[in-house]
Amino acid sequence: MKTAGAQALSTVRTAATRPRTARRPRVAEQFETAVQQRAAATLGMWVFIATETLFFGALFFAYAIARIQAPDDFAQASRHTNLVLGTANTAILLSSSLFMALSVRAAALGTRQAAVGFLVITAALGLSFTGVKLAEYALDYREHLVPLVDFAFDPRHARGALVFFGLYFATTGLHLVHLSIGIALVLGLAWRLLARRPGASAEHVAIAGLYWHFVDIVWIFLYPCLYLVSRA
Amino acid sequence: MTEAVRAGDGGVLGERGELALHPPASYLEEGFTIRSWLTTRDHKRIAILYALSITLFFFIGGAAATLIRIELATPNGDLVSADTYNKLFTMHGVIMVWFFLIPSIPATLGNFLVPLMIGARDLAFPRLNLASWYIYVAGASFTVAAMILGGVDTGWTFYAPFSTLYSNTHVVWVLAGVFVVGFSSILTGLNFIVTIHTMRAPGLTWFRLPLFVWAQYATSAILVLATPVLAMTLVLVAVERLGGIGIFDPALGGDPLLFQHLFWFYSHPAVYIMVLPAMGVVSEIVACFARNPVFGYRTMAYAIIAIAMLGFLVWGHHMFVSGQSLYAGTVFSLLSFFVALPSAIKVFNWTATLWHGRITYEAPMLYALGFVGLFTIGGMTGLILAVLALDVHLTDTYFVVAHFHYIMVGGAVSAYLGGIHFWWPKITGRLYSDRWARFAAILLFFGFNATFFPQYLLGIAGMPRRYHEYAPEFQTLNVLSSGGAVLLALGYLLPLVYLSWSLVRGARAPANPWDATGLEWRTASPPPKRNFAAVPVVEGPPYAYRPSPAGIVRAREGTA
Repeated sequence: MKTAGAQALSTVRTAATRPRTARRPRVAEQFETAVQQRAAATLGMWVFIATETLFFGALFFAYAIARIQAPDDFAQASRHTNLVLGTANTAILLSSSLFMALSVRAAALGTRQAAVGFLVITAALGLSFTGVKLAEYALDYREHLVPLVDFAFDPRHARGALVFFGLYFATTGLHLVHLSIGIALVLGLAWRLLARRPGASAEHVAIAGLYWHFVDIVWIFLYPCLYLVSRA
Repeated sequence: MTEAVRAGDGGVLGERGELALHPPASYLEEGFTIRSWLTTRDHKRIAILYALSITLFFFIGGAAATLIRIELATPNGDLVSADTYNKLFTMHGVIMVWFFLIPSIPATLGNFLVPLMIGARDLAFPRLNLASWYIYVAGASFTVAAMILGGVDTGWTFYAPFSTLYSNTHVVWVLAGVFVVGFSSILTGLNFIVTIHTMRAPGLTWFRLPLFVWAQYATSAILVLATPVLAMTLVLVAVERLGGIGIFDPALGGDPLLFQHLFWFYSHPAVYIMVLPAMGVVSEIVACFARNPVFGYRTMAYAIIAIAMLGFLVWGHHMFVSGQSLYAGTVFSLLSFFVALPSAIKVFNWTATLWHGRITYEAPMLYALGFVGLFTIGGMTGLILAVLALDVHLTDTYFVVAHFHYIMVGGAVSAYLGGIHFWWPKITGRLYSDRWARFAAILLFFGFNATFFPQYLLGIAGMPRRYHEYAPEFQTLNVLSSGGAVLLALGYLLPLVYLSWSLVRGARAPANPWDATGLEWRTASPPPKRNFAAVPVVEGPPYAYRPSPAGIVRAREGTA
């Protein structure tokens, strides 16, 4: 069955002279050239990632200090996180990064359909991560591990464990917010690529990729900090 | 002046200096409805939106300061209660730091001038720029809400565990306000960094950039790298306050020093967010009114970068008596001395720029010279505070209050006003009364010194800050300070009057009333929406005030 999107794609193939995945990006009026616009957009994302790094950095710093203050409490608390789900989610998210990278490559090579497909897989993996994470939160709630709502812990370690789980929900929650924005971004981009809307080019895929990988890297640091403390 | 007069006829200089026959309307004439302003993406209009908002907050913060100075006119607490006094100095600090000083020069003059100075049509992300202003308004609304609900008494520093456990005021509202407004700063910084990197006109290499642009660039780097740390710190304060999760409160297993480290990691660089743009403004003004190129241009640019970088390494000097290790204190003390080196380079270079200059004393120059003097005093007393042993005596006294007001008010606000006066003809297309402006500048200088110099003496004598009562022997100096504050307030109100007046009755400004160099003067006053009729091409270094074989811009040669 031929969808509207597939038809649109075939017209692109006949116009084989065009190397881009979509139409040439429109140049906004403040820019002189598309090259300049592209450089600005890419640098903008890098600067944004720099600011985000320090945003999360403060949280990791607080984690480090709190853990130095109460190492035993943190070790005990960490053993109450769900290692299976956490590890599964790490695998899911790393796979999503692979597909994001493949989409960037496909977009750069001009194979629009592949780029869209990889984006959809990326978003699907992101959604799976979200689903698993929410299920994990439900399990945490059942084990009375949610500060503010319902928290009960071995009294010998309760003080540090409360801080641990406070930071656990703060960091994973913030990460989940970032991931949700990433999923919306990726799905929106996939749709615009498919519909051949302006404002969807290989550069846009690359920039969305930067953001996606950043959110992944945050998780790569969160995973050992939250799940693997003294679990050797 | 021929060029200026011709451009003043309403024409816009083209790339080769020819006058466009049908000059485009100025950015002010692009739309007259409220809606056209609230939905604008023009960096110049957004600068005006910011200017109006921060002016409002400046006078709100100023009103709090007025009440503080009235209270301190007598040793007894006869005007306000201790609680109200705490709320007054907190609101004064919060509003002046985050809702006036941080956005002051970057969001108004920077927004207006950076694209003009680099020959661009707008910032790289115009919609993001408008979004920054709306974020500012949202943050400001939270803060105003906190004020209406009854205020907050933690001091602008929100020290934990007072802010997380003991304070019964609306801390979370103000935290939310400062958290939100931080993103406005971050996005402005991001926009400037990208714009300066990618949108410079042909021929405008890094070492041909005006120092104002260098200063905005360094400031933006600080905004982008320091502000998120503050944002997260405030989140943690809110988490501890609302959820009892012990991150900072030792009673809950937290570490109060952690708060101070995180807070000052932002808030010390924040001082450079305020003063670096001021230095940029002063460099432009001093060169123009001394008719000399800035002495040691490259060292000036490097000094800006050095200050921004070293500024990230000195936060611990706010914590000498907090219980951090003596080793850390010593290192922070040494690093704080290092900041004085690039700062001194700047002061010496401004002075050397005056040497053999043809100096005239128009209002912007008076403000700029005021900045140099007051910044020097503020900086030197900063060195005194960076000495570990002296700081033990001076911590939390009026000496500290006087020191940072010399930097932030005597320095940054003087430069902001100097910049407003310098670029007013460009921004509004009108000339103001130079006589009144010079009077206000001089009044401000004397009023400022009368207000804050006594506070140095009070601090040395041991008067602690943040109390609404004090020992009777401090009264003479406090009365002097409060009296000076009256002059200072007049000095701030006067520009409001004569600058507003100029909008109605002021003479039309030519394109380049000061005969200044810099691309912003090569277009009409006020500039058209897209800034330049044609992309300017830069062929030489900035500040070509001396006759120089290398013309700065083709446009200039074309009309000579």
